[in-house]
Amino acid sequence: MATLSLAASSAARRPALLPPRLLAARAMASSLFGHVEPAPKDPILGVTEAFLADPSPDKVNVGVGAYRDDNGQPVVLSCVREAERRILGNLNMEYLPMGGSIKMIEESLKLAYGEDSGFIKDKRIAAVQALSDTGACRLFADFQKRFLPDSQIYISTPTWSNHHNIWRDAQVPQKTFTYYHPESRGLDFSGLMNDIKNAPDGSFFLLHACAHNPTGVDPTEEQWREISHQFKVKKHFPFFDMAYQGFASGDPERDAKAIRIFLEDGHQIGCAQSYAKNMGLYGQRAGCLSILCEDEMQAVAVKSQLQQIARPMYSNPPVHGALVVSIILNDPELKGLWLKEVKGMADRIIGMRKALKENLEKLGSPLSWDHITNQIGMFCYSGMTPEQVDRLTNEYHIYMTRNGRISMAGVTTGNVAYLANAIHEVTKPN
Amino acid sequence: MAPANVRAAQAPSADRRLSTLVRHLLPSSPRRTAATAADTSATLESFPTMASQGSSSVFAALAQAPEDPILGVTVAYNKDPSPVKVNLGVGAYRTEEGKPLVLKVVRRAEQMLINNPSRVKEYLPITGLAEFNKLSAKLIFGADSPAIQENRVATVQCLSGTGSLRVGAHYLHPQPTWGNHPKVFTLSGLTVRSYRYYDPATRGLDFKGLLEDLSSAPSGSIVLLHACAHNPTGVDPTIDQWEQIRQLMRSKSLLPFFDSAYQGFASGSLDKDARSVRMFVADGGELLMAQSYAKNMGLYGERVGALSIVCGSADVAVRVESQLKLVIRPMYSNPPLHGASIVATILRDSEMFNEWTLELKAMADRIISMRQQLFDALKSRGTPGDWSHIIKQIGMFTFTGLNSEQVAFMRQEYHIYMTSDGRISMAGLSTRTVPHLSDAIHAAVTQLK
Repeated sequence: MATLSLAASSAARRPALLPPRLLAARAMASSLFGHVEPAPKDPILGVTEAFLADPSPDKVNVGVGAYRDDNGQPVVLSCVREAERRILGNLNMEYLPMGGSIKMIEESLKLAYGEDSGFIKDKRIAAVQALSDTGACRLFADFQKRFLPDSQIYISTPTWSNHHNIWRDAQVPQKTFTYYHPESRGLDFSGLMNDIKNAPDGSFFLLHACAHNPTGVDPTEEQWREISHQFKVKKHFPFFDMAYQGFASGDPERDAKAIRIFLEDGHQIGCAQSYAKNMGLYGQRAGCLSILCEDEMQAVAVKSQLQQIARPMYSNPPVHGALVVSIILNDPELKGLWLKEVKGMADRIIGMRKALKENLEKLGSPLSWDHITNQIGMFCYSGMTPEQVDRLTNEYHIYMTRNGRISMAGVTTGNVAYLANAIHEVTKPN
Repeated sequence: MAPANVRAAQAPSADRRLSTLVRHLLPSSPRRTAATAADTSATLESFPTMASQGSSSVFAALAQAPEDPILGVTVAYNKDPSPVKVNLGVGAYRTEEGKPLVLKVVRRAEQMLINNPSRVKEYLPITGLAEFNKLSAKLIFGADSPAIQENRVATVQCLSGTGSLRVGAHYLHPQPTWGNHPKVFTLSGLTVRSYRYYDPATRGLDFKGLLEDLSSAPSGSIVLLHACAHNPTGVDPTIDQWEQIRQLMRSKSLLPFFDSAYQGFASGSLDKDARSVRMFVADGGELLMAQSYAKNMGLYGERVGALSIVCGSADVAVRVESQLKLVIRPMYSNPPLHGASIVATILRDSEMFNEWTLELKAMADRIISMRQQLFDALKSRGTPGDWSHIIKQIGMFTFTGLNSEQVAFMRQEYHIYMTSDGRISMAGLSTRTVPHLSDAIHAAVTQLK
């Protein structure tokens, strides 16, 4: 180290005398970061990187869960464009409060808990604006770690891969529960109920409110009621991740049904909401974390603690996306336009599911593809193996995550036949 | 390797940014009393709610967090009906009329973005907007910086200065511990200690104390430095002092972590305000840099910033960047798009860049003028004491040296709002309000010791 420091200071005095390579080599030998390993690529976002790098004109991106129109183009909703026009030149960019935009939070709670929710009237919900769904989950995970240090989180098998990263970085122990049934490509309901029963009383569960990511498999309303009942028996805590409200069925009220069932049954829930997909605000990072408390006093306390967790992460959340959301949801006309546009997106996806399945059947595939239309939301869990996915990528320039998850938003009338053909080729029995 | 320690500037009130960052780590216990600010309701944990009466809620034992002291100032200010009230707590620029300011060049950039129908709102990469990252690194390190030309800089977009600091800290030590050690705070698992900085006697830098404390720091420690316009004291080392600090730190292998929240805002010159940082980069060594556009571009609520790590080699920089992604992804996946797009629009266009430097200089000049006016006003009143620190300190804040009784007196009698450590935001002053403030200071100093 002493040698280094002398070398460093002499280098500063006579930089021209040392050839760059030597400088760099010496620097690397002494770099505090020299031991750093290259990190593995993110399994989801790495797919898009690879897609962008591919020069093939036939390439198809059904990897990341971002909506595309029928021309494969990203969409900015008209209601969003109008909201931005209203912001421009009129509003300033001052710091939001630590807990974020009050207006945006109010509207978000109405969406999740119901327009006329008694919990909102009674001010029983602790809620803060969060950095989309990831941010909301992370705040809750950190909150768990801090105030419920003996708790763990039960996560479905499979789930969105980043869920594991979030609770791991928050240092909350993870367990898994049965969810997906590979043979039927549907819900393993009995396995799920067993795991709920066998978990210790008072366990924390991460539930996808609708449009389960990555499987697209949701419990039926009846099944949700049974799950809720068992949660009551076991005193489990339900944390809902709702990233696709409105996007699943086209109707936000319908997509919140699971949450409403749990609320009716008297559970105290936590909920992560995101406007990334249903308002197309992906990069704006607009979301909300809420926790239903026993009373207003407790809600005030919980909110204050959530703010304390957000504070050393980023002080206060970004204002732009919050303004867009609150302008749209506060204006009946804009909100009506939004509901129409969300339904439009959901309908296109549902149409593509139908088309993909029909194409596969027309090709004479002997396998069952019912799950394509049984599953809901942005993703189809195709059941393809990683090897089959690799073939799709290498031979057909089709990009998806190796768990066989297809983002239906990336499917268009222009590429559905190509996609069906490729899937048929790699899955047909020899 | 594991550099073990972060050292924070110690002022009568510690580095505000760092104390914000560390404060969250004091786990609330039911015994901890709640608020400190006047307007918060009584201690919560003693209030008999349903929760505390044997209910099933998992949050029953949870106490309310203490009120933020700075926020408390603004809350009290807002409640005050007096027509002569002045808010000097705010850490955001205000015009002569006391209004928030959106820079003209920022409005132009926003207009361009909105008018462009091909602009979309897709997710940014985890590391943020690439163009923004490159331009930000150039801004702070200089376009001809050897570190940039040698590809040794890993830059990731983060949520303003706080976000950049947090990601950097978490990267350095990713194992959080939530222990309640009575004297030592932990931030992302780092032990936080202080080094001397502010000298209340001179209202300037305690340079000797600073050097002593850094000399005794264990090798490999991380040292948090304010690039310019130290917050809250406004006291910066001179260039010679910076050089001595640099030599000492390099000789002891202390890793610099710069916080640059005021580039261009302090002196009015972007390059001048970056001198301390560039000095460290020029010696070929490594450092971390947290950059914010909250103040110098007025983008406060958009949360725009960047974390840069200057590494020993290009290869290391690539690996470091990949590791930073692992910190960011489970925190918020990818950073917000809007603010970074505005910054990139301005920085990439030389005409808009120039327009920005002019507006930035105008803000800095107004602040400098307020300093001079306040100093002159106190001199002309014959207010006892040496007030030259008002014009010697730099940046948005002045550490007046007023004590908490004097501060309370000024609030009570003159409706002047500032934090109890005597820090005033010069941005909250105007030519119109300087006389009132100096009357208040004069009264406080002569009537209360």
